[in-house]
Amino acid sequence: MFVMSNSNGFMKALKCRECGHEYPLAATHVCEFDFGPLEVAYDYERIAKSLTRDVICSRPQTMWRYRELLPIAGEPTVGRQVGYTPLVRADRLAKRLGIRELWIKNDAVNYPTLSFKDRVVSVALSRSVELGFRTVACASTGNLANSVAANAAAAGLQCFVFIPHDLEQGKVLNSLIYGASVIGIRGHYDEVNRLCAEIAGKYPWAFVNVNMRPYYAEGSKSMGFEIQEQLGWRIPEHTVVCMASGSLLTKIHKSYQEFSKLGLVPETPWKIHGAQATGCNPITQAQKAGLDFFKPQRPNTIAKSLAIGTPADGFYALRVMKETGGSGDDVTDDEIREGIRLLAECEGIFAETAGGVTVGVAKKLIAAGKIPSGSSAVLCITGNGLKTLDAVVGHVGEPRDIKPSLREFEALLARENPKLVPA
Amino acid sequence: MVRILIPPTLRRLCGGEDTLQLRARSVGELIGQLHTRYHGVRDRLCDDQGRIRGSVLVYVNDEDIRFLQSQGTPLKPGDEVSIIPAYAGG
Repeated sequence: MFVMSNSNGFMKALKCRECGHEYPLAATHVCEFDFGPLEVAYDYERIAKSLTRDVICSRPQTMWRYRELLPIAGEPTVGRQVGYTPLVRADRLAKRLGIRELWIKNDAVNYPTLSFKDRVVSVALSRSVELGFRTVACASTGNLANSVAANAAAAGLQCFVFIPHDLEQGKVLNSLIYGASVIGIRGHYDEVNRLCAEIAGKYPWAFVNVNMRPYYAEGSKSMGFEIQEQLGWRIPEHTVVCMASGSLLTKIHKSYQEFSKLGLVPETPWKIHGAQATGCNPITQAQKAGLDFFKPQRPNTIAKSLAIGTPADGFYALRVMKETGGSGDDVTDDEIREGIRLLAECEGIFAETAGGVTVGVAKKLIAAGKIPSGSSAVLCITGNGLKTLDAVVGHVGEPRDIKPSLREFEALLARENPKLVPA
Repeated sequence: MVRILIPPTLRRLCGGEDTLQLRARSVGELIGQLHTRYHGVRDRLCDDQGRIRGSVLVYVNDEDIRFLQSQGTPLKPGDEVSIIPAYAGG
C-alpha cells in the first residue's frame, strides 16, 4: 500500500525495543509479536564517519544540522527551519532557586508554532512525504495539533487533528487558522488517542504519533543535541524535563548517549529528572514509590499539554530516571502558576503551563537536595505561554487604568512606589 | 455476539479481518476464543503469566478495562471490544 524510498539514508531498520525483531522502514509502530514499540536502528559506523563537530558547525543553525541522527532517507522537505532555539544562561532564576548554574532551553520560541513539537513534526512529515502519504493526522493535547496543522499547510498536505474538546482557546485557534480539519473529541486525551489508533487502523493516513511514531519520536533528540552543542560540547549534569507521554525525556537521554558514543562530547555522568503536574502524575507517582510501572489516571490539571493518564513511554521514562540516578516530582496548579511567573519575572521568558511544571519541579528538587545547589542544570521549556493564557488570567494582577494625566500618574506612583516620586 | 476491532498488528494472524464477531462472557474468555480460532493470539496479547501485556490496551464500549475489572470485565451481546497498542500518542 505504501511507497518505499529507494535509499534509507543512515537508517537500517525498525526494531522492536522488547524482542529485537526487525521490520522494514515503513509506516508501522509496534511489533506484531509482543506489541512492543518499534525504534529506528541506525548505522552508527557510517554516521561516525560523516558527522563531526566541524561538519555540524558548518551547517545552518537548525535541528537538521544533526540530520544523520534523524530518521529520514533523503533531505528534509518539511520544517527545514525548525530548531536551534536559544539556550539561555539563567542567573537570576538560579539565584531564586538556589543553584550555582542554570540554563533554560527555550523551545517556547521554536519555529514555526512555538513549541518543541515542531521538531517531531518536521521529522514525521518529512518521512511521511518520503513514504508517499498525502494526508497527515495526529492525536494531540494542543501543541502537536498546532504544529501538524502549520507544517502540513506549508507542505500542501491534507490534515486532520484530533484534540480533547475542552482545550485552551489559544491552542484551538492555532490549529484552525492553518485550515486543518480540527476534530474536538468529547473526552480526555487518552480517549482521543484510542480513537486515533482505531482510525489509523482503517484509513491509510500518516498519523504522526501513531503509525509514524518511530520516526516522529526521534525528532525530540534534536533538543538534546542542541543543548550539548550550545553548552560547549558537553553533557549537562542535570536536566529537568516535563513529561506527558514521557517520550521527550527518553529521547533527551538518547541524545546524550548518541553524542558520547560518537565522541562528539566527553562521556560524563548525567541525571535526568522528570516533572509532572500533581493532577496527572502517573509517572512521578510511580517514581516516588520506587515502582517500575505506573497506574493509569484520569487527568485533572491546568497543565493540559501534559494531561495524559496512560503515558505511552511511562515505563521507559521511569527506567531512564532510575538508570541515570535522576528523580521525579510533581506540582499543584498553584505551584505551576508560580513557576510560570518565576521564569517570566527572572528571565523574561513566558512559558506555557508545562514550563511552569518544569520550573516548579526544579525548585522542589533543588530544595530537597536531589539537584545539589553546587551543580549545573538545564530546564527544558517546551511551549509558549501565549497559548495558555486561560491558565493565568486573574492570577497575575490587573493593569491600573488612569486618565492621560500626569497628576493621576503621580498619585498612583505615590500610592504604589512612593520612593520613586521626586521630593 | 460481541464485536471486536482487530488492530493492524494482529490482522495478519487473524486472516486479514479488521472486525470479528464472537461469543464470550468476559474479556479473558474472549482472548481464549480468539486464540482457539487464530492460534497464537493469546501469546501476543498476554505475558507468560497470562496477564494482558502492558503494551496492549483493551477497551469495552470505549472504557479502558483497567478502570473496570481487567480480564474479568464481563461482556454481553452487542458489546464492542477494541484492542489497541499502548505505544501511541504523546
